[in-house]
Amino acid sequence: MTVLTFTLIMLLGAFMAGLIGSLSGLGGGIIIIPLLTIGMGVDIHYAIGAALVSVIATSSGSAAAYVREGITNMRLGIFLEIATTTGAVCGALISTIAPGSLIAVLFGLTLIFSSINSLRKKEEHVLEQSSPLARKLKLDGSYPDRNGRPISYGTKNVLGGFGMMGIAGMMSGLLGIGSGAFKVIAMDNIMRIPFKVSTTTSNFMMGVTAIASTVIYLQKGYVQPGICMPTMIGVLFGSMTGSRILIRSNPAKLRLFFAILILLLAFNMIYNGIAGKI
Amino acid sequence: MQKNNFTDKTLQTIIGTLLRYGVWLALGTGAAGGVVYLLKHGGEPMHYASFTEADKSIGQLLKEMVTGIKSHSGTSIIFLGIILLFLTPALRLLFSFIAFLVEKDYLYVLITFIVMMIIGISISLGYSH
Repeated sequence: MTVLTFTLIMLLGAFMAGLIGSLSGLGGGIIIIPLLTIGMGVDIHYAIGAALVSVIATSSGSAAAYVREGITNMRLGIFLEIATTTGAVCGALISTIAPGSLIAVLFGLTLIFSSINSLRKKEEHVLEQSSPLARKLKLDGSYPDRNGRPISYGTKNVLGGFGMMGIAGMMSGLLGIGSGAFKVIAMDNIMRIPFKVSTTTSNFMMGVTAIASTVIYLQKGYVQPGICMPTMIGVLFGSMTGSRILIRSNPAKLRLFFAILILLLAFNMIYNGIAGKI
Repeated sequence: MQKNNFTDKTLQTIIGTLLRYGVWLALGTGAAGGVVYLLKHGGEPMHYASFTEADKSIGQLLKEMVTGIKSHSGTSIIFLGIILLFLTPALRLLFSFIAFLVEKDYLYVLITFIVMMIIGISISLGYSH
């Protein structure tokens, strides 16, 4: 395959990955890795590098809008970034010594977990009373509802959420994904942050979390400009298109379809990992 | 309290704008480098099937990038785009740090500083000296 063919296929493939990532709520990186490894025969280490670069692009791109609207809880995000960046550094260091087949199997398992988790019913809850630690750290906040009126919320289980964020960061550094699913569990299920705030804050954190691990990947030679260029361009445009579609349509049926698609991809990754093809 | 709210809103606008333009600048640079790269190397076979570990410090990589850009290397221009992309969230962190200083929220000055230190440590960990 020539460089030109590779670039054109990746532009289109990454666009689809960004589109599916955004419609399914799983993020673009999660489909880039199977596409590069199974689809294009690229070594998984290069794939992780390219996926992380595209995670930074989509995170910054979409966070821009949410931060301006005042939905993102920046204090909460920055506080939890201590956990995610530490985890990401550990994950990246593990990834540099782990064999590709092990990473592929772990990746498949994470895909299964994330796709099932994306189907879970999300109920909006607002916690009124914050725990003492949360108050001390000023983690409570408010976000505008549809009519622009502020809804105040509190939070609890700060240490539990912090620990889960460490795991989320580690998975991100190890596998080259945004690990939005883990981040949302930490904030949504453990810390009881309203869903809208937890998804946007998770997105906000991804960029900083990803640079903590990407600087390691960069110096180890994982980040190849020839792969990253079509990947980051494609994913960013794909996810922008996806978020436009989301505004106009009901995502419930789309989500089910993509969850099944991603489950199949997950089994494929695990099979290829065990068979030693990755 | 009134003043604090004002600063938070300003911070949100600055960071939102920074993130948006940073991404577009990085992407534009990457795309420009991509065109140069394809014009020069488009017909060559791709070589990403097996991974060869490199071990270069970030300083070394940046130096090579500058030499590469001077000789109009497409990959070096793409690399510049990737570095610009990294700088977007990094600058976001730096801006929050300054904003918390202005707000006199010293707890969050410390928290932001810790995050910046972790990234600094990560840079030195990635390179086995």
